[in-house]
Amino acid sequence: MTITPTTRRAPDPPDPPATGRRSRGPVLADLGRPLLGALGILALLGLWEAVPRLGVVSARYLPPASEVLAALGQRATTSGFWAAVGDTLAGWALGLAIAFVAAVVLGFTLGALPRVRAYTTSTVDFLRPIPSVALIPLAVLLYGTDIRSTLLLVVYACFWLIYIQVLYGVADVDPVAEQTARSYGLGRLARVRYVVWPTTLPYLMTGLRLAAAVALILSITAQLVIGSPGIGREIAVAQSSGAVESVYALIVATGALGVVINIGVRVLERRVLRWHTSVRGEATA
Amino acid sequence: MSRPTQTGPAAPAPAGSAPAGPRAAAAPRRTRGGTARRAGSRVLHVLLLPTVLIGVYAYASATSSSYYTPTPDLIAAAFAELWFSERLFSDVLPSIARLLTGFTLAALIGVSLGVLLGMSSRVRATLEPVLEFLRAIPPPVLVPLMILLAGIDDSMKVMVIVSGCVWPILLNTVEGVRAVDPVLADTARCYGIGGTTRLRVLVLRSASPQIMAGLRLALSLAIILMVISEMFASSSGLGFAIVQFQRSFAIPEMWAGMVLLGLIGFALSALFELAESRVLYWYRGLRAAHRGE
Repeated sequence: MTITPTTRRAPDPPDPPATGRRSRGPVLADLGRPLLGALGILALLGLWEAVPRLGVVSARYLPPASEVLAALGQRATTSGFWAAVGDTLAGWALGLAIAFVAAVVLGFTLGALPRVRAYTTSTVDFLRPIPSVALIPLAVLLYGTDIRSTLLLVVYACFWLIYIQVLYGVADVDPVAEQTARSYGLGRLARVRYVVWPTTLPYLMTGLRLAAAVALILSITAQLVIGSPGIGREIAVAQSSGAVESVYALIVATGALGVVINIGVRVLERRVLRWHTSVRGEATA
Repeated sequence: MSRPTQTGPAAPAPAGSAPAGPRAAAAPRRTRGGTARRAGSRVLHVLLLPTVLIGVYAYASATSSSYYTPTPDLIAAAFAELWFSERLFSDVLPSIARLLTGFTLAALIGVSLGVLLGMSSRVRATLEPVLEFLRAIPPPVLVPLMILLAGIDDSMKVMVIVSGCVWPILLNTVEGVRAVDPVLADTARCYGIGGTTRLRVLVLRSASPQIMAGLRLALSLAIILMVISEMFASSSGLGFAIVQFQRSFAIPEMWAGMVLLGLIGFALSALFELAESRVLYWYRGLRAAHRGE
């Protein structure tokens, strides 16, 4: 409660010369943002280093940052680590690709056939919220610790995310544009290519962005719980053998992997939707 | 009232007093037949595909005689026997209690931190890379870590759920608070609305669509984390029970557990949708008006 007034008052003083604030603010922010961000990372690392060293938390449970990063660096020189990363990424990419293709094909087909879609809604609404980890026992029985059990979980979870987005996208097609294309004599395929596809693309990319993160989560979860090869299994092994630094180091590695995937999908999204107002607006603002 | 109902001959009779004469009765019956047919087709829409799927599964499982795919009636029998007994109190309710505790805590932490971060751009710039990184860590990997830190009791499970669920809520709240309409904010300032009123009426209200989106993501994550934390190290709970069935090859029981998880996921998301439509009814109306409906 004491914080709200101060944060509210802070931007007040430069308010009257509104144009001045607008021209000066972003420049300062542009220079300051990465600096402040780096400061934040350094502060976190410093805190992490200090807490176990000062004995606030026992170093047995929380090793200092330097030791964890050293353990990570040491692991990164082994081929086993990169094989695990490769396995994790293979499950991620393959599962995401299968879910993507299936969801796009089914989504476009059913989106174009509203009558058939009406029959599927109840089933989709029921299957969608089923947590994919519920399938873990089945995956273990069917495929053991094979990559296929990872794929089962990843595909199940990602399919719904993308499929729903495609359906929303197809439903969002502007009827005027659709009628215009029709009256210009565009065929069914051409209408899909020039009207439906561009409308759906932003929705599709949102679905893909969400699914990319979820696919990584489930790929690692499957390895953690089922024991299929990958970073998840490495973490489980390190935890049960009491290698605390390795547990932390591998968790940092999964975080880094997640950041890389997020950035990658963002870049892809921006590139694919370059023509779209949401991206164009960002560039000019 | 009676004028817009263009039913021709029945027009003189007011629609409210329908059962007056034989001619007036004809019109309501016709509409009743229409609504009945519409209701019938809706029931068909809802039930046709599930019935077909279950039928196909029943046929396939009955003919394949595969050990892993018991017939639906076996699964249903196991379901009734398992979950309407004391297991309901020893496994199901504790699981749901952990889930709801973790989700509620995550929501409180996420929204309050999100509002603080969203209001100060400097704090946001400082913490953004750290938050991005923490969010990118797949939450299930925190389970082994929490076992190290907190042992394997209930608090570990709740901590796992909180630490995983808090990110979508936090980041969505930050985005929502940032996107508060500046005109509205200035107006509120002009009228001298500040403090908690401002927070409640302006900030939380305009961020609520985003917050709800974050909560929805967090809810499905919470179920996943609840199950995983119980699968990993536990002596009770749904995740524990299902893994136990799978390891002891109690296949119909395992399926019954999976079905129950599915039902819980479905029920929670239906409840959430209900709550969301209550919270966001003004937003739906606003959007419909913007679209010109």
